[in-house]
Amino acid sequence: MYTSADLRKGLKITLDNEPYLITSFDFTKPGKGQALYRTKMKNMITGTTLDRTYRSGETFEPASLEDRVMTYLYKEDTHYTFMDSQTFDQVAMDESALGDAKYFLIDNMQVDVLLFREKAIGVNLPNFVNLRVSNTEQWAKGDTSGNDSKPATVETGYVLRVPPFIEEGELIVIDTRTGEYSTRVKG
Amino acid sequence: MASFRGGRKCGSLHTRSRIITVIRTFFEGRGFLHLETPCRIPAPAPELHIDALPSRDWYLQTSPELAMKRLLAAGYDRIFQICRCWRDGERGRLHLPEFTLLEWYRADADYTDLMTDCEELLRAVTVAITGGTLLSFQGMEVELAGPAVRLTVREAFCRYTAMTADEALERDCFDELMAAEIEPNLGIGAPVILHDYPAARGALARRRSDAPELAERFELYLCGVELANAFSELTDPVEQTERFRLEREERSIAGKDPYPIPQPFLDDLAAMPPSAGIALGIDRLIMLVLDIPIIDDVVAFTPEEL
Repeated sequence: MYTSADLRKGLKITLDNEPYLITSFDFTKPGKGQALYRTKMKNMITGTTLDRTYRSGETFEPASLEDRVMTYLYKEDTHYTFMDSQTFDQVAMDESALGDAKYFLIDNMQVDVLLFREKAIGVNLPNFVNLRVSNTEQWAKGDTSGNDSKPATVETGYVLRVPPFIEEGELIVIDTRTGEYSTRVKG
Repeated sequence: MASFRGGRKCGSLHTRSRIITVIRTFFEGRGFLHLETPCRIPAPAPELHIDALPSRDWYLQTSPELAMKRLLAAGYDRIFQICRCWRDGERGRLHLPEFTLLEWYRADADYTDLMTDCEELLRAVTVAITGGTLLSFQGMEVELAGPAVRLTVREAFCRYTAMTADEALERDCFDELMAAEIEPNLGIGAPVILHDYPAARGALARRRSDAPELAERFELYLCGVELANAFSELTDPVEQTERFRLEREERSIAGKDPYPIPQPFLDDLAAMPPSAGIALGIDRLIMLVLDIPIIDDVVAFTPEEL
């Protein structure tokens, strides 16, 4: 258990059975009044933010979060299934919890799955993934329009800007932290 | 030297030294005597929300208040002290568990005399350090050439919150509203003197004779920062004994050390002339003068840096 005095930025606590990350914290004490612990926190599942002020002596359950290395297996409807390679336990995650990460999952990819009470609530991807371009316009030689990028769709359905010389069927490297084109895979 | 954030603090430590010199000169020039009293004491004033750090079977002072008032009773009529105080568990952007407090007391005076002192002291410090009377703090400005704005607690609740001060007390959200909705608005443009607290929030203040539901207490605000707390001092030993009894009882109910009764102080109180006293946070004053948002950067070392 944490008490009010333990509250600080970066602490993870459980509130209404959901995990929250404290994103901002301030201790205040209006003249001769009681200590107040003012927090902003973010729901680690839904991403919604809350402002909460606590008094001294309140208690909080830590959010017990676990990071496990898992393998991405397959997608069924809107669910993505991962398997713990040690225990062979499987967990499923809805695409709403994955956010843009769903565009960067490749079969058999190793990812860090974040678990809260055995429920998968997020993934940490490798920084770079290789994805094949499924659709992009042909670059017209001698194009003088001055555009230094064009839209492209990759095999997962993700759309991004790529340099004009990238062709359909090519393998490109995407930075999963920014979602941007990084380089082309040679050969 | 490596772990000391000297580069960041260098300027503020020089200014700290100069501000303390200006304050001493200010008070000595007005006939005040600088007195020192023990930091380690057997019984701090019992207040529900101020926790003292134990030191063997005694305590480190949370303020020099009781000793200073005994000196008033002994006939020292204009006194001040710059000293270290300790308050357990207080740590934040504006709080350190060990901090520097300025207290001054005037015999035969009331809290309105201290309001004037505050205006003059702020002006003297700011002129000495910056050469002007305008302070900028975190994008806010406060002009110290003129008088501070006087605002009653009742008016402040009316202006900035959806309920009256009495309703806030009744619904047990007085502190929350004060911290979240009132304080951030106070002291922008001109300093604000927030005065006449409900008697329940009067601590060691005298009640107004014309309105006994109010205490002659004020707080000084600049740019949303609470800088000082002042009272017309309660000098009635019977009422003081009763208030201490209530505070000790509340501390016990809250599971806190009630602290011993400061009997020698109560014994001397009858001899104390009508007086007014005030405590001002030196660290916060330095923050305001130098536009430094975090108290850590105006002291040589925080507890975490030791």
